[in-house]
Amino acid sequence: MEKILQVKDLHVSFSTYGGEVKAVRGVSFDLHKGETLAIVGESGCGKSVTSQSIMKLIPNPPGKITGGEILFKNQDLIKLKEPAMRKIRGANISMIFQDPMTALNPTLTIGDQIMEGIKQHEHLSNDQAKRVALEMLNLVGIPNPEIRLKQYPHQFSGGMRQRIVIAMALVCRPDVLIADEPTTALDVTIQAQILDLFRDIQKKTGVSIILITHDLGVVAQVADRIAVMYAGRIVEIGSRREIFYNPQHPYTQGLLQSVPRLDMEKAELIPIPGTPPDLFLPPVGCAFAARCPYAMEVCERVYPFQTQLTNQHAVDCWLQDERAKQLVSKI
Amino acid sequence: MNTYYMKRLVSMIITLWLIITGTFFLMHSVPGSPFNEERRTNEAVQKNLEAYYNLDKPLLVQYGNYLKQLVQGDLGPSIKKSSQTVNDMLGRGFPVSFELGFYTLLVAIISGIALGVIASLRHNGFIDYLAMSIAVIGISIPNFVMATLLIQQLAVNFPIFPVATWQSPKHMVLPILALATGPMAIIARLTRSSMLEVLTQDYIKTAKAKGLSPVKIVFKHALRNALLPVVTVLGSLAASILTGTFVIEKIFAIPGMGKYFVDSINNRDYPVIMGTTIFYSAILIFMLLLVDFAYGILDPRIKLNKREAK
Amino acid sequence: MELRKQENVNISPEIPDEWFVRKNQNINDAEAVVRPSLSYWKDSWHRLLKNKLAMAGLFFLILLALFAIFGPIVSPHTVEKQTLLDQNIPPSSKYWFGTDDLGRDVFTRTAYGARISLFVGLMAALIDFIIGVTYGGIAGYKGGRVDNLMMRFVEILYGLPYLLVVILVMVVIGPGLTTIILALSITGWVGMARIVRGQVLQIKNYEFVLASKTFGTKTSRIIRKNLLPNTMGPIIVQMTLTIPSAIFAEAFLSFIGLGIQAPHASWGVMANDGLSTILSGYWWRLFFPTLFISLTMFAFNVLGDGLQDALDPKLRR
Repeated sequence: MEKILQVKDLHVSFSTYGGEVKAVRGVSFDLHKGETLAIVGESGCGKSVTSQSIMKLIPNPPGKITGGEILFKNQDLIKLKEPAMRKIRGANISMIFQDPMTALNPTLTIGDQIMEGIKQHEHLSNDQAKRVALEMLNLVGIPNPEIRLKQYPHQFSGGMRQRIVIAMALVCRPDVLIADEPTTALDVTIQAQILDLFRDIQKKTGVSIILITHDLGVVAQVADRIAVMYAGRIVEIGSRREIFYNPQHPYTQGLLQSVPRLDMEKAELIPIPGTPPDLFLPPVGCAFAARCPYAMEVCERVYPFQTQLTNQHAVDCWLQDERAKQLVSKI
Repeated sequence: MNTYYMKRLVSMIITLWLIITGTFFLMHSVPGSPFNEERRTNEAVQKNLEAYYNLDKPLLVQYGNYLKQLVQGDLGPSIKKSSQTVNDMLGRGFPVSFELGFYTLLVAIISGIALGVIASLRHNGFIDYLAMSIAVIGISIPNFVMATLLIQQLAVNFPIFPVATWQSPKHMVLPILALATGPMAIIARLTRSSMLEVLTQDYIKTAKAKGLSPVKIVFKHALRNALLPVVTVLGSLAASILTGTFVIEKIFAIPGMGKYFVDSINNRDYPVIMGTTIFYSAILIFMLLLVDFAYGILDPRIKLNKREAK
Repeated sequence: MELRKQENVNISPEIPDEWFVRKNQNINDAEAVVRPSLSYWKDSWHRLLKNKLAMAGLFFLILLALFAIFGPIVSPHTVEKQTLLDQNIPPSSKYWFGTDDLGRDVFTRTAYGARISLFVGLMAALIDFIIGVTYGGIAGYKGGRVDNLMMRFVEILYGLPYLLVVILVMVVIGPGLTTIILALSITGWVGMARIVRGQVLQIKNYEFVLASKTFGTKTSRIIRKNLLPNTMGPIIVQMTLTIPSAIFAEAFLSFIGLGIQAPHASWGVMANDGLSTILSGYWWRLFFPTLFISLTMFAFNVLGDGLQDALDPKLRR
């Protein structure tokens, strides 16, 4: 499959009054054409920072990309200058933010807000831009688009606004769509509609989607592959089947046990004890070691090497080492 | 005209009436007659004068007469300058004061917004600190101090501008500068903090994610929203500019309304004080209406709420 | 686990075998809060201390207070004494800030003006505080129709131009120190009332207040323990910003001849007297009072800004 986007060993830091926070500490993944990759993790694990780094929208200062490569169509976005990056934003890579209530400018009509993207990138006439905008509103399922185009955001419901936000992001037919918690702020019924919309759009346009979420229910519905992040690193990545049915990292297992599922026999939720580490002083070894029920000496001393389990499934965990397996089997 | 503006108009008239009534009774509660100062003439003349100005009638009758006059646009006579009416004075003074006030407001708004926007875009940088230092100093120096400072430096020490009066654009520079500094500083500070707030909003992130240029983001997306709180203070700024004209006109010997007002205060010329106060209040209430109007244009959410309220 | 295809044996040779031992986990350690938490007031105080400009303002105000209290005592001259032989003398060892056209000592008069300005400012702030907090507190706490009615009245007063009202009142009750304070207080408290009412209304509905209500806590205790500490920040800021506007108003009124009357001295009176000196070159008569007005207003403004930043970290820029 064609790799549309490759992130290699990405490091991002924030300087704060208390010192440097290493929010992302060596994240690598590939995004294939037409797939949905979900990045899952608790809040503060660096998933949003990763997505904003791809757009190079990390506020600087205090944030800074301190290392790595982000290859989009074989050019490194990190090395790209701001004006060149601006040509990619919205045109090739688009982004949707969490809260549709605040993502739209309250003082501009939605038509204006949808059209300004195409006008910026494709230099269309007003009429052409309007035609594209109408097409987009149809695509995302907004009735009466002619009238709606002239209305202001406050005249729409939350779900409708998220549809508009999606239309806005897709208007230039981008290759990659990054959706940062696109359903978190919505009602459950609306959530399902928006997820359906994502699948529908992907089928129609072939866009690759990076879905940032903490909600495993959302992931189960739409993701092709899943990357699990913890304390600034991807600890496990694999296909949806592999992550849900054969999780290898104790953190992934913990996440899955803490989510209610209809197919579970006993309806018991097991929370993960403890809290994520302070990223002012990230641990030398595995960041999850302090909360891990299987933790060993080695986990605190050295960060585990990545073990490739299948061609898609990889995990960073010392339990994959033969010596650990003997230890487990002894018990 | 929709119901909202009708309502606004009615409440405007009520407020104005309250001010008229308040001023009238306040002015008539001053003990003694305005004519019984020592240097004044004998009792018979005083009685005549009081009769001429209707001061011998019961207060409520006087009040009724005064309201009747006002409705006809007559603000009454001056007691101290018997040949003049308040209308005469305002007719002469208002155009000058309006010029001064209008240009001051214009200078304050334009330079204040510019300073605030620049400071917010260079947040915590040198320019930000510089702009905000200028703003705090501008707020701290009273307009009459500013006026004397400007005269001393730019009219006496370095005679670039004329010391006083109101004849040519060159004469206008110093008074306008002196009067505009304070409001400019307030607008600059407000614009800056409002811009900083707006720039963290999600829709700004969305605009960036669309690949818009920084210029477009600032002028199309941020500024309009950031100006909403600025517009709301314009009414009270207009009031402070108006009171500022009293001292500025006095210092620069500008023949405006403010000068007549201060003179009338010093002469205890009550009908003039009353008339000018009411005229000032009417202007300010009108300004508040304009501000409301501007707010409705800037913020589409307002209009809808009003229509829904119908 | 058996489902997984194990292709090659997975061993990292550089890691010693003895590290592969179970750790006894004490997960509670992971939950320990590392950073110390400071109380709200201590935290605010630390932030204020770090604000150099605000501290400079505070320092100046302390000096000004000392100047106001001891200046007239230290000075060999009195406020009103006219020495007709010593008219318009520039600053010297005898007259530190020079003399005016009646031979009065500018230093003593400036110090006396500091007394007036600080007194007017502090009294205005105090009266605003008492009326505003009571009025706004009642309106906010009662809510509903009472609030509606009380705030309607406030809105009317708020719409009136402050200085115009003050001028009218001064015209009616005549000039003087007490009347200045009275006139300033007539509409001055309105801003405070609005702020307090807004704060109370907001905090009243916070969950922690609702929580203590459900526990049956007495109203007076809720006001004392919950409402007051949480409204104190904005109140303090408003008071610090009331003082310079009152000082400005006094100077303004005295400047147009409605305030403090001769032979008393206030900065506004002195500035008005000194106005004629722009052309005559007796700069000290205008310089000292205007310098002190501006510095005092500046000091209160930067202190107020600093307090605002320190007390309300959310608004911190």
